[in-house]
Amino acid sequence: MNIEDIKKPENIVYRKPALLTDNIMHYCPGCSHGTVHKLIAEVIDEMGIQDKTIGISPVGCSVFAYNYIDIDWQEAAHGRAPALATATKRLCPDKYVFTYQGDGDLASIGTAEIIHACSRGENIVVIFINNGIYGMTGGQMAPTTLLGMKTSTTPYGRDAKLNGFPIKITEMLAELDGTAYITRQSVHTAPAARKAKNAIRKAFEYSSKGIGLSFVEIVATCNSGWKLSPVEANRWMEEHMFEKYPPGDIKDILK
Amino acid sequence: MAEKVLMKGNEAIAISAIRNGVDGYFGYPITPQSEVMETLMKEKPWETTGMVVLQAESEVSSINMVYGGASCGKKVMTSSSSPGVSLMCEGISYMAGAELPCVIVDVMRGGPGLGTIQPSQGDYNQIVKGGGHGDDHNIVIAPASAQDMYDFVDWGFELAFKYRNPVVILADGVIGQMMEKVEMHPMKPRMTDEEIREKAPWATTGKPSWRNYNIITSLSLDSDIQEEFNRKLHAKYALIEENEVKYSEYMTEDAEYLFTAFGCSSRICEAAVDILRSEGIRAGLLRPITLFPFPHKEIKRLAARMKSMMSIELNFGQMAEDVRLAVEGQCPVGFYGRQGGNIFTPEEVVAEFKKFNNIQ
Ligand SMILES: Cc1ncc(C[n+]2csc(CCOP(=O)(O)OP(=O)(O)O)c2C)c(N)n1
Ligand code: SF4
Ligand SMILES: [Mg+2]
Repeated sequence: MNIEDIKKPENIVYRKPALLTDNIMHYCPGCSHGTVHKLIAEVIDEMGIQDKTIGISPVGCSVFAYNYIDIDWQEAAHGRAPALATATKRLCPDKYVFTYQGDGDLASIGTAEIIHACSRGENIVVIFINNGIYGMTGGQMAPTTLLGMKTSTTPYGRDAKLNGFPIKITEMLAELDGTAYITRQSVHTAPAARKAKNAIRKAFEYSSKGIGLSFVEIVATCNSGWKLSPVEANRWMEEHMFEKYPPGDIKDILK
Repeated sequence: MAEKVLMKGNEAIAISAIRNGVDGYFGYPITPQSEVMETLMKEKPWETTGMVVLQAESEVSSINMVYGGASCGKKVMTSSSSPGVSLMCEGISYMAGAELPCVIVDVMRGGPGLGTIQPSQGDYNQIVKGGGHGDDHNIVIAPASAQDMYDFVDWGFELAFKYRNPVVILADGVIGQMMEKVEMHPMKPRMTDEEIREKAPWATTGKPSWRNYNIITSLSLDSDIQEEFNRKLHAKYALIEENEVKYSEYMTEDAEYLFTAFGCSSRICEAAVDILRSEGIRAGLLRPITLFPFPHKEIKRLAARMKSMMSIELNFGQMAEDVRLAVEGQCPVGFYGRQGGNIFTPEEVVAEFKKFNNIQ
């Protein structure tokens, strides 16, 4: 038997999602961004909504998300994606509109935008990549950086007196009446990635029901910023990040 | 005869937006322009034309809502006053960089800082020379009446889409608050999806199978690509300067002295010209209607036969610098202005004119 005999549609168990482009990803090996991109591409493809989906990518490591998923994209200023998404969805109500934001983007500079988009109950999806650090600018402290965690602007570890406390923005947003579905996931193992994909799909489905904003936090690794190998970064995330940011559904108004 | 209605300049902006098929307005309250959003909310255009009106959480958000709406090829606008426009500058720069059409109304008030809520023209440099970081230009049009406020919304969108560039209607508190009769033109419908695809093939309308995906971005990490883009932008600005300069002249035919003034100052200068003419002094006025592109050539041409010129502004002489550049030293150029929300009277302008020209 040669390889061509095996390459039959019925034998395929894994393939690159149809909506991921062939552009070479700039993410560091082991970075969670690429995995989440793949899940989003699969969901859009499986729901058959490529021509109805508009993605809004932020400033942050995922600023080039628009190079990787084959849909129409807007690139937003740092923190402002929920404002772009608000107008896009209100002006094009038949579209699926999602933002893809880092922790610095969403929980620091863009806090006002995300809180008010949630509070207004905009019918959009927000994917929130919480890696506890500013990946793009070289590993500075993020609002979600854990106490004691070393970054380039907390070289002796985050100290509550000096730097304040890490912010659990996802729980805060769940308090707002305009949010419909709020969940926290991760993508560091195959089962976790499968669960995260289901959550992303549910968020997209909810966004067309007119019931408010759907929010999927992904607790993520930034192995370059954390200065750990990909495997060590996954372990560190399980041991430390999950304690502060435990995975699981936080709010589902249809349940 | 078209219908004529008495209204404030700010109300004219709102009514014109509805009647000219604008798709969305996003704003945040600030004096002296809050009537724009108040009028829109009262008129409820979402029930008639389908126009979206939304009060944002800040000017940072409202300009980024405009960015999102413009990315979809929609006719979207915002309005604010000086401190709010400062907050918008990042967004304006992004829109210049992403080549997005939109209309921004700045009803200027006295500054710096929180300043006063009275009229000013103190943001000339901020808006005409850029409006945000980077090597870019807004198209800037300066209304001088409530009718202009009404007409410039439609004209603004025409320019914005023609050049894929932000357009700023640079008004002031006088023009925004003043009540005048406004002639209503026939209603224009909003663009259909079909028309948007035709007019804005670059827009994020959802990627169908027959085209590549559209990206709205102002980002490039490669210096050569960025430089190439900046060249393209500046070629566009040169084209705008070639095609779109607009100004009006008052009593310039036989004038020996020329005022330059825009917005409400030009209305006051017209009265000053009338006073001077009644005393036998041959004064005239050039009012730039477009501030970018600026009427350099026309000012240069007129300067050749003037004894002197004087720029009259509600600031410390921001446009006067552009006038001097245009005059190229052909005649002396003076300046008179008031600040902080104070406004000159025609008599005050006449007195300053006489002082500058040593006329008793
Ligand atoms: C107004 C503004 N301030 C600062 C920056 C610089 N900047 C770019 S990305 C970034 C942080 C991104 O961190 P995060 O959102 O957590 O994304 P990550 O790279 O970690 O995925 C900063 C501060 C900017 N682009 N714009
Ligand atoms: S710096 Fe961090 S977030 Fe950015 S690509 Fe590398 S691992 Fe990912
Ligand atoms: Mg981050």
